[in-house]
Amino acid sequence: MDKKSNGSIKKVSIICAKGNLEDVYAALVLANGAVMEGIEAKLFFTFFGMDAIIKKRMNKLHTATVGNPALRMPNGSRMPKLLGLIPGVQAMVSKMMKKEMDKLDVPPVDEFLDMITAGGGEVYACKLAFDMFKMKKEDLSEHVSGILTVGEFYEKAGGEDSQIIFT
Amino acid sequence: MAQKTIAGHSVNLTDEGYLEDHTQWNSEIAKEIAREEGIELTDKHFQVLEFLRKKFEEGTELTIRKVGKSGIADIKELYRLFPGGPLKKSSRIAGIPKPTSCV
Repeated sequence: MDKKSNGSIKKVSIICAKGNLEDVYAALVLANGAVMEGIEAKLFFTFFGMDAIIKKRMNKLHTATVGNPALRMPNGSRMPKLLGLIPGVQAMVSKMMKKEMDKLDVPPVDEFLDMITAGGGEVYACKLAFDMFKMKKEDLSEHVSGILTVGEFYEKAGGEDSQIIFT
Repeated sequence: MAQKTIAGHSVNLTDEGYLEDHTQWNSEIAKEIAREEGIELTDKHFQVLEFLRKKFEEGTELTIRKVGKSGIADIKELYRLFPGGPLKKSSRIAGIPKPTSCV
């Protein structure tokens, strides 16, 4: 190596493959936190994570009330398994999560993407998922700057002191 | 913790270079810290710094979203004013503690 690395991260490429509220927000918080630290950030959405960049769905993400053993009631007790099946419960739980996040100044998905791209972060969609879900370009939010193959993703993710994070 | 003379004023700094006591701050100190960060302060910068200081004194936890909604500068502008650290560098220059929020 001819250049010296000081060990600090210079670039992160974050892959989000799930469309649950918490999975998407984990990716968004990581990306926004990176650009705020002066770290180059690229977000790559694939499979169900694509919901975060689909205009009609991005602000309507849910947290799963079925198959989510860590989910608790506001009083701290475990959420009864069958309760999660009742229509409307998942929407209500998701609404509560969003309300709590808003209190901490965590914005809705579209505004979060505004913030990340304002800081120079880049947002990409996965070509395979895009084709598989039969999507159209106009379905995607204007934050998306390209639809990439996995090879193109690796090209963009390269460079010294770069990290790839899969949420 | 270290005592340092910045712009002729003796101040206490944390290990990361933030003022320990925000009341020791003045515009000369701000200009000198900004120069260390490679930033020449303009009136716009000072408007942001005053906003940060006011919010800190009110006890508000600062996020980039709040500063972006201040009406002074939007988030894109904040990145332009304080490259590579819109909240962290601006807080240091404003003489307030390092931000503790994740957003």
